[in-house]
Amino acid sequence: MSVLVFVEHIEGVIRKTSLEALQYASEIAKKLGTTTTAVVAGQIEETALQDLGAYDAQKVLYVADARLNELNARACTRILVTAAQKENSQVIVLLHDVNGRAIAPRVAIQLKAGFVAGALDFPDLEKGFVVKKSAFSGKAFAYVNITSPVIIITLSPNTFPIVKAEGTATVEKLQVAFEDKDFAIKVKSVEKITGEVPLADAELVVSGGRGMKGPENWGLIENLAHELGAATACSRPVADSNWRPHHEHVGQTGGTIRPNLYIAAGISGAIQHLAGVSGSKTIVVINKDPEAPFFKAANYGVVGDVMEILPKLTEAVKKFKAAHH
Amino acid sequence: MKILVCICQVPDTVTKINLKNNDTAVEENGVTFVINPYDEWYALVRALELKETGLAQAVHLITVGRTVTEPIIRKALALGGDEAVRIDAESTDPYVVAHYIAAYAKTVGYDLVLCGKESIDYANGAVGPMVAELLDLDHIGFATSIVLDGNTATVKREIDSGEETDSCSLPLVISCQKGVAEARIPNMRGIMAARTKPLKIVVPAAVENLTSVSYYELPPAKAGVKIIGADEMDELVNLLHTVSKVI
Ligand SMILES: Cc1cc2nc3c(=O)[nH]c(=O)nc-3n(C[C@H](O)[C@H](O)[C@H](O)COP(=O)(O)OP(=O)(O)OC[C@H]3O[C@@H](n4cnc5c(N)ncnc54)[C@H](O)[C@@H]3O)c2cc1C
Ligand SMILES: Nc1ncnc2c1ncn2[C@@H]1O[C@H](COP(=O)(O)O)[C@@H](O)[C@H]1O
Repeated sequence: MSVLVFVEHIEGVIRKTSLEALQYASEIAKKLGTTTTAVVAGQIEETALQDLGAYDAQKVLYVADARLNELNARACTRILVTAAQKENSQVIVLLHDVNGRAIAPRVAIQLKAGFVAGALDFPDLEKGFVVKKSAFSGKAFAYVNITSPVIIITLSPNTFPIVKAEGTATVEKLQVAFEDKDFAIKVKSVEKITGEVPLADAELVVSGGRGMKGPENWGLIENLAHELGAATACSRPVADSNWRPHHEHVGQTGGTIRPNLYIAAGISGAIQHLAGVSGSKTIVVINKDPEAPFFKAANYGVVGDVMEILPKLTEAVKKFKAAHH
Repeated sequence: MKILVCICQVPDTVTKINLKNNDTAVEENGVTFVINPYDEWYALVRALELKETGLAQAVHLITVGRTVTEPIIRKALALGGDEAVRIDAESTDPYVVAHYIAAYAKTVGYDLVLCGKESIDYANGAVGPMVAELLDLDHIGFATSIVLDGNTATVKREIDSGEETDSCSLPLVISCQKGVAEARIPNMRGIMAARTKPLKIVVPAAVENLTSVSYYELPPAKAGVKIIGADEMDELVNLLHTVSKVI
């Protein structure tokens, strides 16, 4: 009966966004009057697994297979299907990230489970199992009812704050009968982004557009991001001109992010750009043109030259941090 | 080698979304529909490139949708592609769509199935991996480059922490995004040719929907931007801390 949640780690350190997914799953479990079982794959210390109890996991099912240190969708599908059958789970939660989005649809097929990607709130259990998600590039929310007996959802990261409590989870090894085909995809190379904070997980993001004039001015963006502990992003023409790497490009054709704070410097706010960032909780726009469309989507606006404003804002953040630490 | 490209119809990003029937449906009058950009610009164009370079012999298109989707199929055929099939059913739940596509793909047998990264209406990104699971194939998502060498595909893809290069043997399902190809526009010859290309209509054996939209909601209007003076950055930081509580 328990709610199952897939928890990821990077080299033995549980991902923060996975803790959020775990906590989200536990809340659903409480509403359903059942327990939460976390599923973890790849090598990790047992104590790190027991610690998941602090986020209300009662049990952890663990597959200690070195081949899973890089997650593989087919192998993870088999793990989740095995775990769901063992636990008789009706609700399965994954993170709405690259891995979760690769695994969840496959599990949905195996378990004949209705699937909704990118949940933005707890399900409404009064009207069935109704999940809120973004639709039409942030121009609406859709409330999707899942009518199948088994339900699978991915949670949008940065939706809920993480609250640590007390508790220890029991850890059990899960036996999974893998087949060769589960590992047929060979990873030939991985290039990690060197930036300080990965964009997908970031709570704070500083982003630059064509108004930054050229890559030589990106130090202004990076300095502010560094002071805030933020990730950096950019508009599409910036990536197209190779001022910044492509993974930083957000919008309709780039990534979709929902940070707590999005600071846009020298970005006009075209609808295709907004499609990727309009879910941000707070938006600050810095633009020299008071008519720039982005101001309509912003919470705070500064009219002025980014070359002047960014250093001033960076100084103000530095001062603030000095006063609050 | 045969390639199947999955295309779907979506409202253009720039269209305004209005609701009707007590917010249970989207007003379709006035909405411009387009081919999902990831399908058109990347999946389809890469398939055409593979054919043009002689690596593939046939490019087929498939969409699950009612008659209203035919204009986008014709447009896709005008870009290239040899024939199209429309599965005559509502495209509401990725689980159902994937079953229809997989069932059709099985009857033909494709070496490569290309999808978009996600459809820009509901952005599930689910159909590609679901089709792969139904066909018992591998799937690579978020692809930014696809290179074929005989029976092996080398695919670059975006991962959360950067970029990964995978290799996998065909048959294979790949979901495409920016980088895989450069968008094209149809030319007159293509448009003329598209008129006579075969468009098959298949009535599927019904698969039950497991999800349905109960209602929609438009996001609350922004309270309006608060303009901060260029010399008041301390005030901005203070507001971000005390009012917005984001730092
Ligand atoms: C189908 C389609 C998909 C697209 N997908 C995306 C996408 O995913 N992401 C994306 O970002 N775009 C996308 N675009 C492009 C989008 O329409 C815009 O062209 C793009 O977002 C503009 O980028 P920008 O704001 O950096 O540049 P610009 O539009 O050139 O704006 C620059 C802004 O900087 C301001 N500025 C200039 N100098 C200064 C200064 N010194 N100080 C302060 N402000 C200054 C200007 O007033 C202006 O507002 C897409 C377009 C299409 C057609
Ligand atoms: N109705 C449909 N018909 C054909 N292909 C589809 C359909 N819906 C989605 N797809 C394909 O699956 C991809 C992902 O869609 P989705 O899972 O809806 O986000 C799209 O980019 C298309 O390639």
